[in-house]
Amino acid sequence: MCLATRGLVNSFGNVNAVLTIDSSIVRAIVAHARRDHPDEACGVVAGPLGSDVPTRHIPMDNAARSMTFYEFDSMEYLRVWREMDDRDEEAVVIYHSHTATEAYPSRTDAAIAGWPDAHYLLVSTREPDSEEIRSFRIVDGVVTEEEVNIVDATVKS
Amino acid sequence: MAIEVRVPTILRSYTGGSKVVEGAGESLSALIDDLDAKHNGIKGRLITAEGGLHRFVNIYVNDEDVRFLGALDAKLKDGDSITILPAVAGGALGFAAAAALLGR
Repeated sequence: MCLATRGLVNSFGNVNAVLTIDSSIVRAIVAHARRDHPDEACGVVAGPLGSDVPTRHIPMDNAARSMTFYEFDSMEYLRVWREMDDRDEEAVVIYHSHTATEAYPSRTDAAIAGWPDAHYLLVSTREPDSEEIRSFRIVDGVVTEEEVNIVDATVKS
Repeated sequence: MAIEVRVPTILRSYTGGSKVVEGAGESLSALIDDLDAKHNGIKGRLITAEGGLHRFVNIYVNDEDVRFLGALDAKLKDGDSITILPAVAGGALGFAAAAALLGR
């Protein structure tokens, strides 16, 4: 059961205060987070440049293999980013899981976040039978929550 | 010939919006000094006050992470391609604890 939490939407200075994402991708992200639980899981959803539409789910290794920390493996990161470049894609969504705390960016998440144009999606797997899914913009360390609009069929399966 | 440097979005404020810039230098350290001369301030985003590479910035020479090539001492030559990517990392752990864990 997926529970998308509606966050406070602040549209000042942020014209895209919503993440629209296909339900099949959300299910795949949740499955990845469950599979790696209790370690944190991480990955990307790529989409066509400038589209703001996430279409291609890429689960990534958590090089830290930790319950409280995640980091993209540096070589996988380079490979995936080059592949997106070749396909005229960008990282529309960057996601990771929190496995014992809420789906809200930690100070660490906010301090390190380096892609101001990405939607930072967090999934909490602390409850065994439901997931909290929330999305944020993180720009210069400032976290702004946005609405998550889960839809069917933006992606052909 | 020169060394091509691919700049991530977050650092393009230093490069006038350019995604790719050129630099020169026989080592990564020299290249970063050269970049900083042309794009004032970019060095501070790549190198800490103590003079080491920032823990949460990934720099690649061609297909290799510079951490495996001697970091700032990595040797460069004309025609090399440098890619800079901000680390994608974080998690529930507090920042101080994370930094300590990672020996930052």
